[in-house]
Amino acid sequence: MRAYGERSPFEGPVRVIRELTASPGTGSSRTPHAELFGTITPSALHFERHHSGVPAIDPAAHRLLIHGLVENPLVFTVDELKRFPSISRSYFLECGGNSIGEQSGNTQPDVQRSHGLLSCTEWTGVALKEVLRNVGVKAEAKWMIAEGADAGRMARSIPMEKVLDDALLVYGQNGEALRPEQGYPLRLLLPGWEGNANVKWLHRLHFAAEPAMSAKETAYYTDLGKDGKAQIFTFVMEARSVITRPSGLQKIAPGFHEITGLAWTGKGKIVRVEVSTNGGASWADAELQQPVLPLAVARFRFPWNWDGKETVIQSRCTDETGFLQPTHDELIEARGSHSGYHYNAIKPWRVGADGNVTHV
Amino acid sequence: MFKLFAVLCCAGVWGQGRPATAGEVRKLDITVFPDGRGLPAGRGNAVLGRPIYKAKCAVCHNEAAEGRDQQWPALVGGIGSLATPKPKKSVGSYWPYATTVWDYINRSMPFDHPRSLATDEVYSVTAFVLFLNGLIAEGHELNEKTLPQILMPNRNGFVPDRRPDVKAKR
Repeated sequence: MRAYGERSPFEGPVRVIRELTASPGTGSSRTPHAELFGTITPSALHFERHHSGVPAIDPAAHRLLIHGLVENPLVFTVDELKRFPSISRSYFLECGGNSIGEQSGNTQPDVQRSHGLLSCTEWTGVALKEVLRNVGVKAEAKWMIAEGADAGRMARSIPMEKVLDDALLVYGQNGEALRPEQGYPLRLLLPGWEGNANVKWLHRLHFAAEPAMSAKETAYYTDLGKDGKAQIFTFVMEARSVITRPSGLQKIAPGFHEITGLAWTGKGKIVRVEVSTNGGASWADAELQQPVLPLAVARFRFPWNWDGKETVIQSRCTDETGFLQPTHDELIEARGSHSGYHYNAIKPWRVGADGNVTHV
Repeated sequence: MFKLFAVLCCAGVWGQGRPATAGEVRKLDITVFPDGRGLPAGRGNAVLGRPIYKAKCAVCHNEAAEGRDQQWPALVGGIGSLATPKPKKSVGSYWPYATTVWDYINRSMPFDHPRSLATDEVYSVTAFVLFLNGLIAEGHELNEKTLPQILMPNRNGFVPDRRPDVKAKR
């Protein structure tokens, strides 16, 4: 027996880590989707993206300050936030920069490296709007500037509409406390919105009439278009899907395979996933594992008998708004090659006659 | 009943949370807005910023502020390149507000010791980076009044979210 469980020593999937600086703990790690099942990402395999390392925070000493355009500036302990009515929901979280290399032609060899800045877990916390009933946000407040207690005090400005809609102050993940790399002891969770805005190690909420125009909402996470203008405050992650098995760097044998993968949208529910096994010449509906939850990943499955000939397999999804996942060329046509963030095009995998699966 | 209402009213609807003191807010509030609100009183210029930059910033961004490798970003260059096939983003070419530069240096830099610079040092390093971009003279004083007046080249380069902007065909 173990007081805190570990997986079997025969199991090996791990996050692949990409350090961005010489300082350890800053950069990203990616979820190994090709080796996972179902719709919930284990906490230990949830992707990470840190801009100033992972702080070690004693929850008993942690405070959340809410101030600015409010009637009553208040300070909360984590225990006080846990005394509010709690909510648990499965939500995907995707970095705004997931698949950033796919657009510029720097395609990655496997689904972990190309799509691994996406994960989906069950989050537990309190609705931010409930906490704000204590604070009394003034009518002039249109934005909430959320700041983390990481070394760099990363900050993002969030529109009030989202704050009062479904924003959560989260302390739990997959049934236990948040992992340190997910913002322990407290993070902001904005369902369906780019990961960076879901500020971790949350310690300050500043209500204001206008956004702060922080570095991470101007210099980064903005989408530079062909005309030299950049879209700003592009929060919602649009619908996309990807085949996780068979996928890059795997090798398959002729015969039966279940093609499976994930689909998700920041605009509600996935309603349809189609799969093509002949390079896009024809498409057929995949089965969606039920229930399909809004703003969570959907698992799809598609039975396939591979005849041993070279081909290309790919998936495309449609969400409840009618949005259809575009091809790479359709995305480039609209945005050019340099917007980088919020890339959501179809991902084709080539299956060679030797069974090796490679990126296209 | 009246007493219960009073308790709910003054302690908040759910009862949790204690009032923040003005001193607490002052200590933690480092937000700086594009119009300069939030900037502390202070001053600096590029002459004073040059040795600070050399000692604390050049190790990552290099002495000419051209960046190193891919991940220590360039602070200069690329002005006018954003609409070309090879856009180059830098503080000079892409960042819309000088207040954002000041705020980012103040809250997040130097990378290994964030928030270790004194207020005047932040003004001076900001001035040096803007000077390297040709946006101010070397002796131009930056303070809480002059900093927000600087018009960055890409000030009008941002547009609201216009998605869905990609047309997919079935």
